[in-house]
Amino acid sequence: MLKSLLFLLSLIPLARLTWLSLHNGLGANPIEFITRSTGTWTLVFLLLTLSITPLRRLIGRNDLIRYRRMLGLFAFFYACLHFTTYIWLDQFFDWSAIVKDVIKRPFITVGFASFVLLIPLAATSTHAMQRLLRRRWQQLHRLVYLIAIGGVLHYWWLVKKDITQPALYALALTLLLGFRLAYRFISRAP
Amino acid sequence: MLIRRPADIAPSEITDQTIYRQRRNFITGAAAIGVSAFLPTQATASTKLPNIKKSAYQVNEALTPFKDVTTYNNFYEFSTDKSGPAIIARNFTTRPWTVTVDGLVHKPMTFDIEDLLKFSLEERVYRLRCVEGWSMVIPWLGFSLNEILKRVQPTGSAKYVEFTTLLDPERMPGQRYPVLNWPYVEGLRLDEAQHPLTLLALGLYGEVLPNQNGAPVRIVTPWKYGFKSTKSIVRIRLVESPPVSSWMRAAPSEYGFYSNVNPDVDHPRWSQARERRIGEFLKRKTLPFNGYGDQVASMYAGMDLKKYF
Repeated sequence: MLKSLLFLLSLIPLARLTWLSLHNGLGANPIEFITRSTGTWTLVFLLLTLSITPLRRLIGRNDLIRYRRMLGLFAFFYACLHFTTYIWLDQFFDWSAIVKDVIKRPFITVGFASFVLLIPLAATSTHAMQRLLRRRWQQLHRLVYLIAIGGVLHYWWLVKKDITQPALYALALTLLLGFRLAYRFISRAP
Repeated sequence: MLIRRPADIAPSEITDQTIYRQRRNFITGAAAIGVSAFLPTQATASTKLPNIKKSAYQVNEALTPFKDVTTYNNFYEFSTDKSGPAIIARNFTTRPWTVTVDGLVHKPMTFDIEDLLKFSLEERVYRLRCVEGWSMVIPWLGFSLNEILKRVQPTGSAKYVEFTTLLDPERMPGQRYPVLNWPYVEGLRLDEAQHPLTLLALGLYGEVLPNQNGAPVRIVTPWKYGFKSTKSIVRIRLVESPPVSSWMRAAPSEYGFYSNVNPDVDHPRWSQARERRIGEFLKRKTLPFNGYGDQVASMYAGMDLKKYF
């Protein structure tokens, strides 16, 4: 029940984009709007995914783990939309320009790398894969830390000036990762 | 007065603007009843500018709709969000306003905005290319900056012209944050400033310049990236050495003094080979000097434009 609700809530950003594009509400530069919006929601879902573990420990609700996979897959979903927007709407399949971008522009390099790293995580998100890979599964899925850092860097390096927004994401990510380090440190202490 | 409109503007768009203007007039009218006793009559945004001449400066490309020109603005003095200036600058007061022209000149002068509006204004349709990779086509109203420079008579040692935007964090709330080194400063070489293409703009689309587009008076240098076209200027100073612009100060490796539109010199973080014309889907190729090479390229003869970017 709660899971279905969360599923529907997670679709709101997409519904909003669809509604705005049908009602001429994306402003003067619609492609930029869609790119920004899908990028933002990818980051938000990445951070939401990463907040499950700290939340479980802080409020002692272990069942929250049931929602983590869906949040992670929504991060991947919005990342796919973001990537598709770039390839299709923004560059219109100009592969040579895309390759140049990926190689020469650090912010695109890091964004592209983060997206590629998300693919194996999404592909191994099923229970069956989890059982098959056992300990390897956990090792593999620790990549999400790297992906999140890459995602925030991607945003930070893109901004021309006024880094307020990316700084907020960086702060949230620092807190989420910092919590894990602190928890590990505390739980090891005698 | 004739304003060239592209055929592809939907009738709804035009109606929209009329209603918008009527509403503005109504509000202005209503407000005027209250304040007319205290204020001199003034030209504000959405006021038509009279006696505009057509000019030879035309572009055979569709105009960017008024709505896009006035809602998609990089004007960090109000907001770093492009849709912000149209909202936040709505009540920006542009009267009284003077522009001081001094420095290395024989006759320093201060121009009241009403005096500048009395110059012979013409409509010029220019391409505008933003360093971010998008572009517009805008019908500006104004006159060559050189008209002003001729009056103040630069001395022999004047080599550059520095433009300064108003500094007033009360009226320009974006200046309360150290996003850039305020006030905004930009500069041109004297010959660039004297070039007939360099426009002192006081309006667009037949109207007084909207606040979010740099009211009441701004520079437009169509062969350079948009940030070189200083908005809401209060001072023009003739100097001997190249002014350090706000963007050069913020990121010297990304923004050079010249900043001529050049598809062959990438911005470190993005390619400048192509641009998205606002309102179009596919990107188009960016032209050297934004298509004004015939007029301006000779000023840079023999210069390595990769070095002097």
